[in-house]
Amino acid sequence: MTATFELILCVMILGTACVALFVRDFLTAIAFFVVFGNLLGLAWLAMGAVNVALAEIAIGAGVTGVLLVLTRSRLLALGEEIACGPARPWLRLGAAAACSAFTTLLAAAVLSIAPGDDLAPVVDGLMPRIGLDNPVTGVLMAFRAYDTLLESFVLLGALVAVWSLAPPAAWPQPPVALRMADPAALNVAGSFGRLLLPVALVMAAYLVWVGSDRPGGAFQGGTVLAGGFLLAAMGGAIGLPRSDDPRLRWALVAGPLVFLAIGLAGAATGRFLAYPDGTAKALIVTIEYVLAFSIGVTLALLVAGPPARAGTGP
Amino acid sequence: MSPLDLLVAAPLAFMVAALVAGQGGRWLILAAGPVMLALSAWLVVLPPGVAHLVGDWDLPLGILLRADGVARLLVPATSACFVAVALYAWHEFSPKAGAETARAHTFWPMLYLMWGGSNAGYLTTDLFNLYVTIEMVSLAAVAMAAMGSLAAGLQYFLIALVGSLAYLLGVALLASHYDTVDATLLAVRARPDLPTLMAITVMTAGLLVKTALFPLHGWLPPAHAAAPAPASALLSAVVIKLGFVILLRLWFEAFAEIIRPAAMDLLGGMGALAILYGSVQAIRQERLKLLVAYSTVAQLGYLFLAFPLIANAQNPAEPWAAVLVHAVSHMLAKAAMFLAAGLMLKAVAGDRISDLAGLARAMPLSVTAFALAAISLAGLPPSGGFTAKFLLLHAAIEQGRVVPAAVLVIGGLLGAVYLFRPLSVAFSGSAAPAVRAEAPLRVAAPLALASLAIALGFAGMTLIELSSVAAPPAVAGPVQAEPGR
Repeated sequence: MTATFELILCVMILGTACVALFVRDFLTAIAFFVVFGNLLGLAWLAMGAVNVALAEIAIGAGVTGVLLVLTRSRLLALGEEIACGPARPWLRLGAAAACSAFTTLLAAAVLSIAPGDDLAPVVDGLMPRIGLDNPVTGVLMAFRAYDTLLESFVLLGALVAVWSLAPPAAWPQPPVALRMADPAALNVAGSFGRLLLPVALVMAAYLVWVGSDRPGGAFQGGTVLAGGFLLAAMGGAIGLPRSDDPRLRWALVAGPLVFLAIGLAGAATGRFLAYPDGTAKALIVTIEYVLAFSIGVTLALLVAGPPARAGTGP
Repeated sequence: MSPLDLLVAAPLAFMVAALVAGQGGRWLILAAGPVMLALSAWLVVLPPGVAHLVGDWDLPLGILLRADGVARLLVPATSACFVAVALYAWHEFSPKAGAETARAHTFWPMLYLMWGGSNAGYLTTDLFNLYVTIEMVSLAAVAMAAMGSLAAGLQYFLIALVGSLAYLLGVALLASHYDTVDATLLAVRARPDLPTLMAITVMTAGLLVKTALFPLHGWLPPAHAAAPAPASALLSAVVIKLGFVILLRLWFEAFAEIIRPAAMDLLGGMGALAILYGSVQAIRQERLKLLVAYSTVAQLGYLFLAFPLIANAQNPAEPWAAVLVHAVSHMLAKAAMFLAAGLMLKAVAGDRISDLAGLARAMPLSVTAFALAAISLAGLPPSGGFTAKFLLLHAAIEQGRVVPAAVLVIGGLLGAVYLFRPLSVAFSGSAAPAVRAEAPLRVAAPLALASLAIALGFAGMTLIELSSVAAPPAVAGPVQAEPGR
C-alpha cells in the first residue's frame, strides 16, 4: 500500500469518527460509525494484520452496528428521546485537554519502543511442531491455547449474563424477534437471508479450514455464521430458540466443552492442553470447527438479547 | 494431572454441566463442593516450587502456572466461600422460588465461571492470562450485581470495562516492549523507561478502579448493597481480591526493581484514606447492607496500607504474610457477614439497622455469625483479622512509621464502632419479633465461614509459613531460586 493511500485512509478514519461523534442525528451517527469500523478494518489490512481486520469489520462494524440500530429502535418503541444535552464548555475543554495529554504520552511511549519483533522467530521455530502454517492460529490454538480456552468460556458466560437480565415473566421465551416489521423489507430480507445462510455456512466452513495455513479460524468462521443466522432471523427465514431448549444448550456448550475435554485428555497423557506428537493439526481443526459453530450460535443470540415476552419488542 | 490445571478446569466443566442441566443446575454443588475442596487441599500440600507450563510451551511465549504462597492461601479460602455461598443460595436460586426461574438457570453457570476465573488468576504468572481471568470474574460479577439493581449493575459494568481496557493497554505496551508478558521474566527484563512506567501506571489505575480503592470506590457500595445476599457475598469477598492479587504480582514481582518508594507511599496513603473514609461512611449508614459494603471499602484500605510496609521492611516476609492473611480473613468474614445480613434482613422484611431490634433472641445463630464476622473484621483477638492487623502494626512500629500505625489503631476503633451498632440494636428490645425458621443450610453457611475466620487466629504460624512459599524475590530476600524454569 502506498503512502498516499494510507494518508487518505487516515484522514477518512478521523473524518468519519468526527462525524459519528458530532452529528446530532442518532441514525446518521450509527451509519458513520459502521463506515468508521470498516475503514479501521482496512487500516489493519494495510498493516498486514488480516485476522484483526476480519474481526474489526465483523464485530466492530457489523455486529456493533446491528446492536446500535436495535438499541435505537427499542428506545424509540419505549418513547425515549434519543438526544444528549449540550455539554458544558469547560467539560468539553477539560476532556479534550486530558485526552490530548494522554494520547501524546501514549504516542511518545509507543514511539520509544524499538521496532522489531523478537517473538516472531520464536513462533516460527515452534510452528513445525504443530504442522500448521498460520502463526496466529498456532498462538491461539497451541502456544497460548489456555487463553483461548478461557476466552471461549467468557463468550459463553456473556450470553448467560445477558439471559439473567430477562424479566421474570419472559423466561424462557425466545428473544424478541429480530424479524422486520415492514412487510416489504421483511420480504426482501427473507429472500436475502434464505440465500445468504447457506453461503455463510460454506464460507464459515472454509474460513475455519483455511485458518490452519492462512488468515481465518474459529472466531472468524463463527462470526460469519452468526451474520448468516442474524440475517435469516431478520427476514423471518428462521425462528429464534427458547432459552431452555436442551438442543440449544448443547449447541452453545459444544465448542468450549470439546476444547476443555481435549485439553484434559492432554493432561491425562502428559500436560494440560498439550497435543500428542502428530495429532496437533487434527485436534486443532476439530476444536476449531466445533468452536466456530458454538461461537456462531452464541454471537447471534447475544445480538438478539435476553428472553422477552412476545409483543414487547420493536 | 496437576491441581494447578484441575482447579481451573473443574469449575469450567461444572459451568458446562450447569448449563446443560438447566433447572437442575443447583444440584451440581453437591459434586463441585467436595471436588473443589479436595483440589484446594491438594494444592496446599504440594511440595514448594511446583510450577509448570501449560501445554509445555516454553517462556517467553507460554503460560506459567505455579503454586506460590498467594495461591496456597487464596485458593482454599475462595473455595470455602464459594461452597458456603452456593449452599446458602441453594433455595434462593431454585426453580421453586416462583418468579426467579431465569436466575435458577443463570446464577449457577455464573458462579462456576467466577470460581474458575478466580482460581486461574491466583495460579498464573502471565499478565495477559490475568487479563482473561479478570474478564471471567468481572463478567460474572456484573451479571450478579445486575440481579439486584440494573442501574448499579450497568454502572459497575462500565467501570469494570474501563478498568479492563486500561489494564489491557498496559499489557499491550509491555508485550511489544519486552516480547513477553510473564511476570517472572519481566522481573529480570524490565527497565525504568517511559513505556514501562506508562504501562505500570495505566495497569495500576485500571486495577485500582476494579478493586475500588478510595477515591475510586464510588461504584462499590450501591452495587454490593443492592445485589441478592449470595451475590453480595461473592462480590465483596472474592471478586475484588483478584485485582489486588494482580497488583501484588505487578508491584512486588514483575516491577519490584522499578517502582520507587514514593509510589509505594502514594498507594499506602490511599489505603490509609480508604480506611478512614470507609469507616466513617459505614458509621453514618442507616441501611445494614450499605454499612457492610462501606466496611469493604475500609477493609480494602488495609491491603494497600501494607504496600509501603512490605517494601521498606527489614524482614518483608512478615508484612507480606499479614496482607495475605488479611485478604483471606476478610474474604471469609465478609462473605459470612453478607450472608448473615441477608438472613436477618429477610426475617424482619426491612433493610434498616433499626429494623433489627430484638433479633438476637429470634435468630441467635445468624446474629452470632454476624458477631463472629464482626470480631474478625474489627481485628479483635482471636481471629484472622487480628493476626493480620497485629503483624501490620508490628511492622509499622518496627519501621518507626507513625502514620500507618496510627491509622491501624484508629481504623480498628472505628471498625468496632460501626460493627457494634447493628449488634447492639439486635441485642436491644424486650420483645423478640416473630421470625420464620430458615433452612438449616442457610443458617449454617455464614456460621461456618465466620468460624473459619476466627479459627485463622489460631493458625498464625502455619499461615505465615504458607504465605512465604515461593514468594517473589522482593519479598523473600535476594537469595531465591528463580521460579519456574
